[in-house]
Amino acid sequence: MCAMAVAPGVFSGWFGHGDPRECTLERSGQGPAAGHPFGFDIQGCDLYSNVVHGTRDSLTIGLLATGLSFAVAVVLGSLAGYFGGLVDQVISRVMDIFFGFPLLIGMIVVLQTFGVHDVWSVSVVLALFTWPSLTRIMRSSVLAVRSLEFVTAARELGAGTLRILVRHVIPNAIAPVAVLTSLSIGAVITAEAALTFLGVGLTAPAMSWGVQLNAAQEYFTEHLNLLVFPALFLSVAVLSFVLLGDCLRDAFDPRSR
Amino acid sequence: MARHILRRLLMTIPVVLGTTLIIFAAVYALPGDPVQTLAGPDRAVTPAMAEALRAHYRLDEPFLVQYGHYLAGLAQGDFGIDFNETPVSSLIAAGWPVTVRLALMTWVIQALVGVGLGVLAAVRAGRATDFAILGGSTLILAVPYFITAYVAQIVLGDRLGWFPVSGIDEGWPRSYLVPALCLALLGVPEVARLTRASVLENLHAEFVDTAVAKGAGRLRVLVGHVLRNSLIPVVSMLGLTLGTLMSGTILIEGIFNLPGLGYQAFQGIQQHNGPVVVGISTLLVLTFLLINLIVDVLYVVIDPRIRLD
Repeated sequence: MCAMAVAPGVFSGWFGHGDPRECTLERSGQGPAAGHPFGFDIQGCDLYSNVVHGTRDSLTIGLLATGLSFAVAVVLGSLAGYFGGLVDQVISRVMDIFFGFPLLIGMIVVLQTFGVHDVWSVSVVLALFTWPSLTRIMRSSVLAVRSLEFVTAARELGAGTLRILVRHVIPNAIAPVAVLTSLSIGAVITAEAALTFLGVGLTAPAMSWGVQLNAAQEYFTEHLNLLVFPALFLSVAVLSFVLLGDCLRDAFDPRSR
Repeated sequence: MARHILRRLLMTIPVVLGTTLIIFAAVYALPGDPVQTLAGPDRAVTPAMAEALRAHYRLDEPFLVQYGHYLAGLAQGDFGIDFNETPVSSLIAAGWPVTVRLALMTWVIQALVGVGLGVLAAVRAGRATDFAILGGSTLILAVPYFITAYVAQIVLGDRLGWFPVSGIDEGWPRSYLVPALCLALLGVPEVARLTRASVLENLHAEFVDTAVAKGAGRLRVLVGHVLRNSLIPVVSMLGLTLGTLMSGTILIEGIFNLPGLGYQAFQGIQQHNGPVVVGISTLLVLTFLLINLIVDVLYVVIDPRIRLD
């Protein structure tokens, strides 16, 4: 079930046929035709190949931003949880500040001031506001593992701090963060679409679903297909990551069933 | 109690300073001309406007002095001047009643529907109703709410004509109902899931058995004993959803043309009117912090056990 949920989201980039940039203005806004199952957008481009190619930018942002914040969370969360004291204080207070932002609003302010809106810069800004929640989970998870016997045993056997962290603490503390990470990929993809839709996220020539929704927002009432198809792909992708997260949670923590 | 509130207040101060510093730094201190940053990358700034902004934020002074002036301005309700040389605070004054109405209505819907569905799912745990509610909430989580909003606008407003398509000409509550419903979809699944988990946990607690043994009716046990103990985490969750709710007003008010704060921020983004976006966002962030503070204090009032730590 997990595999089925993720497969269409991840691999649909390979099913694209036709050039998404080959457009004929006279077909602007037309409905489905032979060889063009979703019809055409306002510029007369084939909507099906646009939506399929949009998968790449949307998923790249989702994975890149979550990957970045996952990496930050594992490092900072372990440091804060394992060492405690001043390190913990500093990291926790910085997290508090980021928790003070309603998610989308923080991103809007920062993106508004950015000059470049490509896949990288948007991912970095999304990661900037997703790392605190992951770090918080990692920190409390490390706190729980830190005082277990095998960690004490490793320390008594003379293992270095780095070795204890990398070999013993992190592998045993990472499961809850992995679950949350999978859930937040979906959230990040939605956030990207929302930001781009608003006009502060990605801009053309990038081709995410958000870009397509943004370009078509004035024409939804007349051309419903422009709303339905990108939205459908977006929802299925998000749903698959949510289901993946649920599966991971069940796998790591059978009690939660 | 007073000590707890005081401590919580003190903890909020660095957060307020930190959030405003990040906003300020993002706008006024990044490399490049802040006037150009406010305008957006590809927009010509009239000399008069540049002059007004420079004077307003004293851009030739040292960074911390600038930040100090900015903070002092915020404290006096000064959120900057926009590109039409209108103070952002007057836009805020015009917009807030609409946003407060929308947010309150959404909040009430969220609480009633979310808690109701959560309790229903918990009572029917493992049966079809439960699965339908859980599955439905996952689906709702997966569909972005701005998509739902467009669909609702097209179907309920444009095609069926049951509700106004946009604007607030028909007043409260008709003009607000569809936007509030769409915005409530953001929080309902989470509230329902949390309520379900919390009720399930308490349904088999000893105090419930006691109440049943003493002969209390089914409804009385559910409302008086189970719910009273289960709603504590839900209350704090309802407070936190206000954050997402406030981000949501930007999209929802923009889509439905409700002239509130979110709509003005939406317009500000579309017209590259930086000061409006930044000013309104700052207000929303500060409101969010204030609400968090209130929720935390209320939490202690509801559940005295928390005072122990």
